[in-house]
Amino acid sequence: MSTDAEKTSTDAGRPGTTLSRRRAITLAGVGVAGVAGVAGGAGALIRGATDHASADAGAPADAVPFHGAHQAGITTPAQDRLHFVAFDVITKDRGRLVAMLQEWTAAAARMTAGRDAGVFGAVGGVPEAPPDDTGEALGLPPSQLTVTVGFGPTLFRDAQGRDRFGIADQRPPALADLPHFAGDALRPEISGGDLCVQACANDPQVAVHAIRNLARIGMGVVSVRWSQLGFGRTSSTSREQATPRNLFGFKDGTANLKAEDAALLREQLWAQPGDGPDWMTGGSYAVTRKIRMQIETWDRSSLAEQEQIVGRTKGSGAPLGRSDEFDEPDLAARADDGQPVIAETSHVRLAHPTLNNGARLLRRGYNFVDGSDGLGRLDAGLFFIAYQRDPRRQFVPIQTQLSRHDAMNEYLRHVSSALFACPPGVTDAGDHWGRALFG
Amino acid sequence: MRTTRFLVLAATGVLAVTGVTACGSDDDSSSAAGGGNSVTVKATDTTCEVATTDLTAGQATFSVTNSGSKVNEFYVYAAGDRVMGEVENIAPGLTRELRVELPAGAYETACKPGMSGRGIRGALKVSGGSAAPKAADALLTEATAGYQRYVTSQTAELLTRTGEFVAAVKAGDVAKAKALYPVTRTYWERIEPVAESFGDLDPKIDGREEVIEEGMEFTGFHRIEKDLWTTGDITKDGPIADRLLVDVKAIVAKANAEKLTPLQLANGAKALLDEVASGKITGEEERYSHTDLWDFNANLEGSKAAVAALRPALEQRAPELVKQLDTEFANVEKALGQHRAGDGWKLHTELSTTQLKELSDSINALAEPVSKVAAAVAR
Repeated sequence: MSTDAEKTSTDAGRPGTTLSRRRAITLAGVGVAGVAGVAGGAGALIRGATDHASADAGAPADAVPFHGAHQAGITTPAQDRLHFVAFDVITKDRGRLVAMLQEWTAAAARMTAGRDAGVFGAVGGVPEAPPDDTGEALGLPPSQLTVTVGFGPTLFRDAQGRDRFGIADQRPPALADLPHFAGDALRPEISGGDLCVQACANDPQVAVHAIRNLARIGMGVVSVRWSQLGFGRTSSTSREQATPRNLFGFKDGTANLKAEDAALLREQLWAQPGDGPDWMTGGSYAVTRKIRMQIETWDRSSLAEQEQIVGRTKGSGAPLGRSDEFDEPDLAARADDGQPVIAETSHVRLAHPTLNNGARLLRRGYNFVDGSDGLGRLDAGLFFIAYQRDPRRQFVPIQTQLSRHDAMNEYLRHVSSALFACPPGVTDAGDHWGRALFG
Repeated sequence: MRTTRFLVLAATGVLAVTGVTACGSDDDSSSAAGGGNSVTVKATDTTCEVATTDLTAGQATFSVTNSGSKVNEFYVYAAGDRVMGEVENIAPGLTRELRVELPAGAYETACKPGMSGRGIRGALKVSGGSAAPKAADALLTEATAGYQRYVTSQTAELLTRTGEFVAAVKAGDVAKAKALYPVTRTYWERIEPVAESFGDLDPKIDGREEVIEEGMEFTGFHRIEKDLWTTGDITKDGPIADRLLVDVKAIVAKANAEKLTPLQLANGAKALLDEVASGKITGEEERYSHTDLWDFNANLEGSKAAVAALRPALEQRAPELVKQLDTEFANVEKALGQHRAGDGWKLHTELSTTQLKELSDSINALAEPVSKVAAAVAR
């Protein structure tokens, strides 16, 4: 049906007669090009708007390519906004699940290029039918939208032990259930999930639009289990980006894995051949943790205590005892009183690779504020997202250390936890999410 | 439909006296032609014996005797549970007739002891006559005529039941009024979008407390519901009950006179599911009685009736959609069916959040394909 629809759309010349997101952008592009005097570039963009065959070609400047060896939204320079959602699969029909993943892939390819989710778009369909795009992103640019998909442990074998889709033997060993960590106060209804979608963009409306349209496409196949909005990235994933601050007011993610560290990414981020089942090679494992911060008590702790807990200065972000943000922490340094400059229980020390067998993470978290909690306290914190090659060697040992010893725990509560295997990238228009897994 | 109001009122009177009426008969001239198929049906609480299951095309008359202890119903369904004819409210010991025009084809008969569930089904084959495929427009005309019949049968029951409910309220019989409340509302909820199109009457009959505007009295079903389930004091509700019956009579007359288009049918089918998704799943509709699942089921049945009326047209225009609709209607029925309690339904408050979410998921899964029916009908 979608093929016919696509044909009809093109034959009827709809792209020329309807207001599509892409067209609005193209027109804006013409304006810019006119000023800059680059007429040829503008012409190419206009043609690109009618070219359904290639979503990536001629994409506007703030579009992130959808197709590639790895999924976008991992090493992509962290955007400002997040809408993350976990789904339960509610069908038992493997064919329907795969068909939905195909539809999702096509819709994501379109939306990341700044187009409407469906081929007719928000206003291009027949008046009697509900539009195949919800419309709130009409006229908005791609905003560096990335859509990243992952598969949770329960997709392979559900809580009752059933292999619903005949893929239990494809579960990667690295997708092992996370252990209970000291102090975990997890709420099951906002933890776990069979599938996840991470939508990141520089405009929150664009991120929400992506999730909303994918959830709609999935009606009857998946059901939203939980979702989380994030504002304000708390990590940099590229050296081009300045280090942002989390809600404790500290720079976060200074020592993050970054897109430029090619060798480290191979070693620490991407699943390599032989790590597990082939379908996961080139993919990465995402751990998400919703970490509520006890904002009010933190705010009345002294600057010295805050810096001791973090192990960095609040102003520059330099490790205690050093002067520049990117200086290596000197974990051996002692003050005049013989005490370590960077406390034994400080966050920086406990999370440092030297204390964790060299394990690193690519963190991609976001600040969240879900209003207030009824006691007048901000319901706020960090929605932590970390990508890695193998959580058993990376997140699990690091979090074990932190959960036992981190002085910061007094101000933190982990309320949600999830783990997903994010497959490698969708390579081209003939490929789709889950193709290698489901065959 | 021209004289429907008169017929409905007359039928109610007759029903009260002799218990014989024919909700399923069609008023148009075609029903005069055709052979004289006469079929007796013996219904009990557990059986449904249809004397002949091979008929010739044309008019058939089913004479249904209820020798069980529960109130019964008898249906003739075409594929997809499209109601060809139905006779409701057959009290124990009574015989009622159903006259229905049946072209050649495969059908199902069903008795519904206790008036709930899928009923006791049996096959019915009709042969002979012309089976030439009908033009698309003719199919849509038949769809609206078929649905109009459905509306007429539901409004007739609505009137009867409202009368009984009002009588119980005025007699101060709290237990009986409580028992009749969800049953009465079933007939309202099945055709709610039709009723709701009469904007002034709907809030008087079905308005919830919060939608009542300044200067307007809180009346109707939900006012009496509140009194029945909160204080149990209905001694002052006589005038409200009388008023309810007057308003229901007025809306029934209007609904029966309304000429619906195929597009309205399609949108009505969707609107009914939207009712479920927004008001029943949340327990807002029946906040005092918690009988939301009765409404849920009635909305679902009404939506299915509208889609079933359109089915022959949809089979020509969008066969894939028909398959999807069948699957999803069956899924919702299965999900909801887990919460039956006797001949009725569990209370909304007896369901866990997980169970409500499962129902919500199944309704969403159904509402998506149903939302595509209008476009298929329009093209």
